[in-house]
Amino acid sequence: MAEPLIRAEGAAHSWDGTRWQFRDLDFAVAAGQVTAVLGANGCGKSTLLRVATGLRAPTRGRITVAGTAALVPQDFARAFPYRVIDMVLMGRARHIGLLRMPGRRDREAAMEALAVIGLAGKAAERFDALSGGQRQMVLIARAIAAEPAALFLDEPASALDLGNQDRVLRLVRVLADRGLAVVMTTHQPNHALAVADTALLMLPEGAVFGPCHEALTETRIEMLYGLPVRILDVKAADRGFRSVVPLYRG
Amino acid sequence: MTAALSVAAARRETRILWALAAVLVLTTVASLGVGRFDIPPGRVVRVLLSPWLAPAEPVSPIEWSVVVVVRLPRVAMAVLAGAGLALAGASLQGLFRNPLVGPQVVGVSSGAAFGGTLAILFGWQHLGLVGAAFAFGLSALVLVWLFASVVSRSNILVLVLAGVVVSGFFGALVSLVQFTADSQDKLPVIVFWLLGSFATADAGRAALLAGPVLPCAAALLALRWRINILSMGDEDARALGVPVAGLRWLLLVLTAMIVSAQVAVSGMIGWVGLVVPHLARMLVGADHRVLLPASALLGGSFLLLVDNAARSMSASEIPLGILTALIGTPMFAALLWRTRERWMDG
Repeated sequence: MAEPLIRAEGAAHSWDGTRWQFRDLDFAVAAGQVTAVLGANGCGKSTLLRVATGLRAPTRGRITVAGTAALVPQDFARAFPYRVIDMVLMGRARHIGLLRMPGRRDREAAMEALAVIGLAGKAAERFDALSGGQRQMVLIARAIAAEPAALFLDEPASALDLGNQDRVLRLVRVLADRGLAVVMTTHQPNHALAVADTALLMLPEGAVFGPCHEALTETRIEMLYGLPVRILDVKAADRGFRSVVPLYRG
Repeated sequence: MTAALSVAAARRETRILWALAAVLVLTTVASLGVGRFDIPPGRVVRVLLSPWLAPAEPVSPIEWSVVVVVRLPRVAMAVLAGAGLALAGASLQGLFRNPLVGPQVVGVSSGAAFGGTLAILFGWQHLGLVGAAFAFGLSALVLVWLFASVVSRSNILVLVLAGVVVSGFFGALVSLVQFTADSQDKLPVIVFWLLGSFATADAGRAALLAGPVLPCAAALLALRWRINILSMGDEDARALGVPVAGLRWLLLVLTAMIVSAQVAVSGMIGWVGLVVPHLARMLVGADHRVLLPASALLGGSFLLLVDNAARSMSASEIPLGILTALIGTPMFAALLWRTRERWMDG
């Protein structure tokens, strides 16, 4: 494996110093790799991303990123109706001096990022007028515009319909193939199987990290969500798909 | 095609900014001619240029005195105050992530008013007056900020209520000062000062206003793109690599300085900082890179026009604070009406 860009060593976080959200996390993500982080609601997935991007200090251990870490937050309501290009330009903040405005190079980088997500045609439109899937893509473009080494995405495909889920997942793969180290949290084991090289399962009794297809077993997923599942291998369109089928009791 | 689209949008915004600048220049020239001694705009320009370019018909001492000595300081103060208030209002709206915020809503005006009344009571003048207004204006703003942060960062209602609380507190202190002030001597001064007016304008007061307003406005304009990022919220802005805490303090101090200087020299002039940024946003959109200069230009013209009305509508001057409230409240009500669907959606 190439030299990892993201490395967690014994990382732990607790809000109150007694109950741990997560502890003893060890994992590494190299350039070109996607790691999916899975865990039940409230297990600290979002906090893990905040610690990795430097927004919070770990209570113990450390997570280091070689280069710039960019965070793609979940979509939330904005106070002002900015245009798409203005949103993406914000990603350039690290490259622009405090009293300076974005210049030509910044606009080019922003337009390039929009081209990568395939929404260059929407640059002059209002961000809040886009669909949920497009807004998520624009937030990803904003992160790319920062020219990061590592990209952290907080449930990028949770609120989207199937078609948009596929679009975002393909984009995640494309970005990794361009040389980024990518970490994304998800509630969908199938999303992990679709794009991730490695998976970090935040189980109550301790985290498991490994190659995605080995880490995601029926037993572990059941432990993760308290719901029995079956893993099926399906052959379609000359490809093999591995799929997790939840055995809903409802 | 896309690049063309955004270039077209940028050109449109630049054209609007130039148009607003032209309106401000024309309003300024016209205002220098308006009054009991009417001078046509063309003649005003000749009078202004006369030290360098002698006109065919020599400028009379009366013309010079009316345009340059009497009206110029007043017009300059109205433009500076209007531009400053609108700039401060637009910045505060971005900073508080809330288009309903203005210098009055977040308490800075009433804090500065208390500082000013205190200064008048103790006979502090010039820098003492501005300093006292600034000290209490900034205190009020910080109190509202802390209150809103502790209770709920994102709730509009909490923010507005925090403003009501702090404004109410400083309002009571203003009343207390008025109650203790000498009713023959200090009280009338305080009352008329609070109502807001440029009637006492002179070169010294104009300089007292320009001193803090020009550098603070320049600093706000230099930081205006960062306000876009701050308006995303603390965590998002930090994730984008912006030093949120320091930048926010800087912006709070700059806006408090502008509003306090305005209150110190011309009393309470409400609604400009709330309504003008709204109007500007309707013209040029939400991007603070364009919104801040547009607000400043529009605010300068707006307050200048209101001041012209104040000094020419009746024999005795109508206090400015009364006029801006009479004009600003229905305008704001109309703006709320326009956006009612968005508010109903929550």
